[in-house]
Amino acid sequence: MIIQDWLAQVSTYAGSIDDLFALIGVLVGFWFIVSEGVFFWLLYRFRAKDGVKAEYITGEEKHQKRWVSWPHYLVLICDIFIIYGAVTVWYDIKQDLPSPDATIRVIGQQWAWSFVQPGADGELGTADDIATVDELYVESGKLYHYQLEARDVMHDFSVPVFRLKQDAIPGRVITGWFEPTTPGSYDIQCAEICGIGHGVMAGTVIVQTPEEHKAWMMANTPQVRDSISIAANTAR
Amino acid sequence: MAVSVGSEPTAHEDHHHEQSFWSKYVFSTDHKVIAMQYMATGVVMGLIAGFFAYAFRMQLAFPGMDVPGFGIVTPADYVSLVTNHGSIMVFWVAMPVLLAAYGNYLIPLMCGCDDMVFPKINRLSYQVFLLSAIVLVASFFVPGGGFGGAWTAYPPLSAKAEYNLTPLGSSLWVLAVALEFVAFLLGGINFITTAMNSRAPGMKMYDIPVVIWMLLIASILFMLSVGPLIAAAIMLLFDQNLGTAFYDPNRGGDPVLWQHLFWFFGHPEVYVVLLPTIGLTADIISVFSRKKLFAYRTILYTAFGTGILSFFVWAHHQFISGIDPRMAHIFTVTTLLISIPIAEMMFVYIATLYGGSIRFTTPMLWALAFIGEFLIGGVTGIFLGASGADIYLHDTYFVLAHFHYTFFPITIIGFYGGITYWFPKMFGKMMNETLGKIHFWGTIIPFNFIFIPLFFLGMAGQHRRIYNFEHFPELATPGLQNIRVFATTALLIMLSFQLVFFYNFITSLRKGKKAGKNPWKANTLEWTTESPPPHGNWPPSELPSVYRPPYEYSHPDREEDYWPQNVPN
Ligand code: HEM
Ligand SMILES: [Cu+2]
Ligand SMILES: [Cu+2]
Repeated sequence: MIIQDWLAQVSTYAGSIDDLFALIGVLVGFWFIVSEGVFFWLLYRFRAKDGVKAEYITGEEKHQKRWVSWPHYLVLICDIFIIYGAVTVWYDIKQDLPSPDATIRVIGQQWAWSFVQPGADGELGTADDIATVDELYVESGKLYHYQLEARDVMHDFSVPVFRLKQDAIPGRVITGWFEPTTPGSYDIQCAEICGIGHGVMAGTVIVQTPEEHKAWMMANTPQVRDSISIAANTAR
Repeated sequence: MAVSVGSEPTAHEDHHHEQSFWSKYVFSTDHKVIAMQYMATGVVMGLIAGFFAYAFRMQLAFPGMDVPGFGIVTPADYVSLVTNHGSIMVFWVAMPVLLAAYGNYLIPLMCGCDDMVFPKINRLSYQVFLLSAIVLVASFFVPGGGFGGAWTAYPPLSAKAEYNLTPLGSSLWVLAVALEFVAFLLGGINFITTAMNSRAPGMKMYDIPVVIWMLLIASILFMLSVGPLIAAAIMLLFDQNLGTAFYDPNRGGDPVLWQHLFWFFGHPEVYVVLLPTIGLTADIISVFSRKKLFAYRTILYTAFGTGILSFFVWAHHQFISGIDPRMAHIFTVTTLLISIPIAEMMFVYIATLYGGSIRFTTPMLWALAFIGEFLIGGVTGIFLGASGADIYLHDTYFVLAHFHYTFFPITIIGFYGGITYWFPKMFGKMMNETLGKIHFWGTIIPFNFIFIPLFFLGMAGQHRRIYNFEHFPELATPGLQNIRVFATTALLIMLSFQLVFFYNFITSLRKGKKAGKNPWKANTLEWTTESPPPHGNWPPSELPSVYRPPYEYSHPDREEDYWPQNVPN
């Protein structure tokens, strides 16, 4: 009944979303069980019996109205807890962006994901940027900002294990953040319908340990990569 | 008594003459015939949308299979089926059946007048509606096929053929939706005027049955919210066909504008379809528990409260669509606030059962099922209104399961509840109770087995509108696939039980027991005339007057356990 039973948590904020879900689950679950319980009990208790006439209750008097007004104040109190939880989680994830260790670009188009990350200089938009398609290589324990763009129609960059989701809007650059925790390969889904290829707009995020990531960076930084392939060619 | 407005007298002079088939059934201005036309059209559209659900659920359970009756579901077919399933269910089933059919049938009969105030506008409303349905169905057969950009039709996808690959289909879709709105604007004028001006003598505001109030509030909500969307739809048509750039960011437009206009309408729209079913549920539970409705006025106030609040929650559909993150807080608060009047309404209904003498007839089972199931839709909505949780849940199957737990009770349960309750009035015959109950259980049990599993798929991260999950390793596991097969199997069972309903409907129509005027011993005015009511509803000299509120059941001063509104004492 909780999200982490269905899907691993692989970002620093995944836990707070799952906890919020669980909190709401407990509060509304309580109301749900009580309401359905009372409902079925009344159905059983007041089923038609021969010779028993129904009562005449208007429900307009104070002592009667309390039966619905008290529960409704209690619902209000639950709502306040839920609002508090929702607002804090939202604030931490979407509004207050912590300062990044690295910034990457994420670009959605019909029907592929492209990613650009800075090379050794740590700056985007320089010659050593590393571009990849449908595969995003990131380092665990490093805080990333993403700058999300769309080339044609709306897409949505969703990494379920991170609990990350953000629409990509043509004409805008939307910035958000995430910090991966556990190394592994995970799904990227496009979560906004984007045409007939929407169902194949899959990607993979590969979370690496710092060492793995360093090696990957080395091997894929453009000049380095070129020199490796030159070396390979001359060797042949 | 009806006020005489414009065409009124002419419309009624001819009810003594023999009418030809055409003027009686096709070009009729009788509100009851128009109601039937709306209902029949809605049911046919419902069968189409149900068939679409069958086709795409088969594809999800058995990817790539040759679906019997449909064939291979290609990715383009899939998005088009989903889009049109959703559009039809909302605009061509829920709206015509709940609002137009029940509204047309019940408003004059329960208000005790002989017809709608503007019968010809009423007829025009149905004709425009039928045209809209024809345009939509035609869009499936044009080159390129039907529109596949989701029922929410977000641009730029919906605005450019090079993106959606359905040059004609998408324009016809927008056109059909716009026509449908025109039809309901025409209908709404009639509903509001009739219920406000043509009530029986003596029927004061608080003597109006809840279902009529709800139809009225629903019409008002619709008319207030639809304006912006009609403007939006016209801009979309222009972007599609005239090369304007209202939604094109490369030429100064803004695609998110559409989302605001769409959801400014879209959320109140949820209440437009919800309120009629809320209303008929109230009437049904009161009759079959032989109880006065608990706190009638509270029900009205909660409905007004919900209606007003519903204009301030729309951006909860757009939390992650790039709106200013601070806005999310405001919409979280309004969304959670709206849970309060709705919860209160449910509490009031449950409280009505207390002290009752409850009879589990088929219509009562449907009304009770509405309460029991809608509660699930209500509580799961809280997860989605909470901005922080919606980051994860948005556009997953959790959302899908949530809104089917609202829409299915509203549309399907509401339809069956209403039809089984008013069938005796509409056709003068009783329906078969045994078949009715078989159909009830055969629908309700599989319904839960379809949609409960989808909540879990959503929690597992499965998103909507994807034709096949094999490209996503986390979703392509055998465990999750089994859940999909399970849900689809439940759907097949549920669909097959619908045959019982149609069989019952037809045989009861032909051979059912005679119903008489008031088989359920109910209080409201429609039960004081013949079943089915004649043209003009009552003989002109016998139009009813009203002496009391509608829910005086089991009154201590009375021998009998009901007290019709029209009985002087
Ligand atoms: C007969 C039982 C029904 C079943 C089995 C069913 C199933 C589904 C499924 C599985 C989807 C999502 C497909 C996808 O996103 O890939 C869907 C979408 C939808 N359904 Fe239903 N549905 C049913 C009845 C209804 C009813 C009664 C309504 C409303 C009155 C409705 C309204 C919608 C809407 C609005 C969508 C969203 C379409 C979109 O994404 O553009 N459905 N349905
Ligand atoms: Cu996409
Ligand atoms: Cu909404």
